[in-house]
Amino acid sequence: MADLFANILNLDWKMVVMWVIGGVLIWLAIKKDMEPTLLLPMGFGAILVNLPLSGAVSHFFPDGSLDGEAGPLSVLYDAGIANELFPLILFIGIGAMIDFGPLLSNPILMLFGAAAQFGIFFTLCTASMFFDLKDAASIAIIGAADGPTSIVVGQKLQSNYIGAIMVAAYSYMALVPIIQPPVIRMMTTKKERLIRMEYTQKPVSKTTRILFPIFITIIAGLVAPASVALVGFLMFGNLLRECGVLDSLSETAQKVLANLITIFLGITIASQMQADKFLQKETLLILGLGLVAFIFDTVGGVLFAKLLNLFLKKKINPMIGAAGISAFPMSGRVVHKMALKEDPTNFLLMQATGVNVSGQIASVIAGGLILNFFL
Amino acid sequence: MFASFEPMHFLDNLKYMGLGMLGIFAVIGTIVVLTLILNAVTGQKPQADQPDDPQDRR
Repeated sequence: MADLFANILNLDWKMVVMWVIGGVLIWLAIKKDMEPTLLLPMGFGAILVNLPLSGAVSHFFPDGSLDGEAGPLSVLYDAGIANELFPLILFIGIGAMIDFGPLLSNPILMLFGAAAQFGIFFTLCTASMFFDLKDAASIAIIGAADGPTSIVVGQKLQSNYIGAIMVAAYSYMALVPIIQPPVIRMMTTKKERLIRMEYTQKPVSKTTRILFPIFITIIAGLVAPASVALVGFLMFGNLLRECGVLDSLSETAQKVLANLITIFLGITIASQMQADKFLQKETLLILGLGLVAFIFDTVGGVLFAKLLNLFLKKKINPMIGAAGISAFPMSGRVVHKMALKEDPTNFLLMQATGVNVSGQIASVIAGGLILNFFL
Repeated sequence: MFASFEPMHFLDNLKYMGLGMLGIFAVIGTIVVLTLILNAVTGQKPQADQPDDPQDRR
């Protein structure tokens, strides 16, 4: 009988704290519908890996040699996250899901996507006050509002805080509807929020839709070669969608492939949420810095629109600048809803969606630039 | 790794902020120009290249 319960003696309070954190993630996923595809597996995984002597992860002797058999989550981590394979494959699915139509119809909107990456670089400087540059860069990329990019950059830069970075990246993406509105209101006047923008959907040829992902890959690869896998996989997925002859592959990438990878991604990331690695004061600091990144992304996008308004005859509603962060489609919807709240007849959905899609391209390129700087 | 609080590092690393924002605007600017050219070139033959109807895509 004593043998049956012997493992309970190996339990410590940090593990229990991690169960609570896992429970909170599961609660947020189910009750609040916050990124459930990632937060639920991560929440469950956090509990799974924080059971005493959990067989789900590998254990090591002090000399670094393996104690017993390798745990399945550790095997999955080495096979799919440590070499960035899972996030890259997920990017094929994401690329297949994205319709670049609103963006191709009005390419100038892409500039807002660039401006809204400001939070990444501001956070890089801020984080560098506390962390070494590689960790600071990995933390800053939380501002890309793009989970796979955060994983790839964090892994390539060999960050020590990949678990905390993942939790922050996915949690803040889900919290966009809470984080962005007060920042947008603070940065704009009521008169600016009431600005109307005409939207005319210009036709986009199939040739443009096909050539766009190919050209983006070439440009990004030439400028930021370290990001070419990120951009390339995203654009390959989009090419599957747009080519018109691979509908079943596109469908598979959007649904089956993306879902399969998502199942393993969340629970595998949780293998990095072991109490001794996760419950550090640095984790709280990383969560704070992630919030800084999202806030300054929003500030960057809005300020850029205000700057353009100094020179434009037809004014832009500066709120659409905030949609330049990659969190899709939450950010576009936030701006659309805020515009409707100010004036129920002011529809900014299409413009905001175009800007939001541009944020997805810009965030990947930002990730590539970060890798160029620090790899 | 987490070391200590070094406020001067913020100023030291501002160069990355400048380089990063410059780099991202340069890349996105190039993509914008290229897309405008693509639209202009391929938009000349609307009959050959049928405009997409988003509802047909699903």
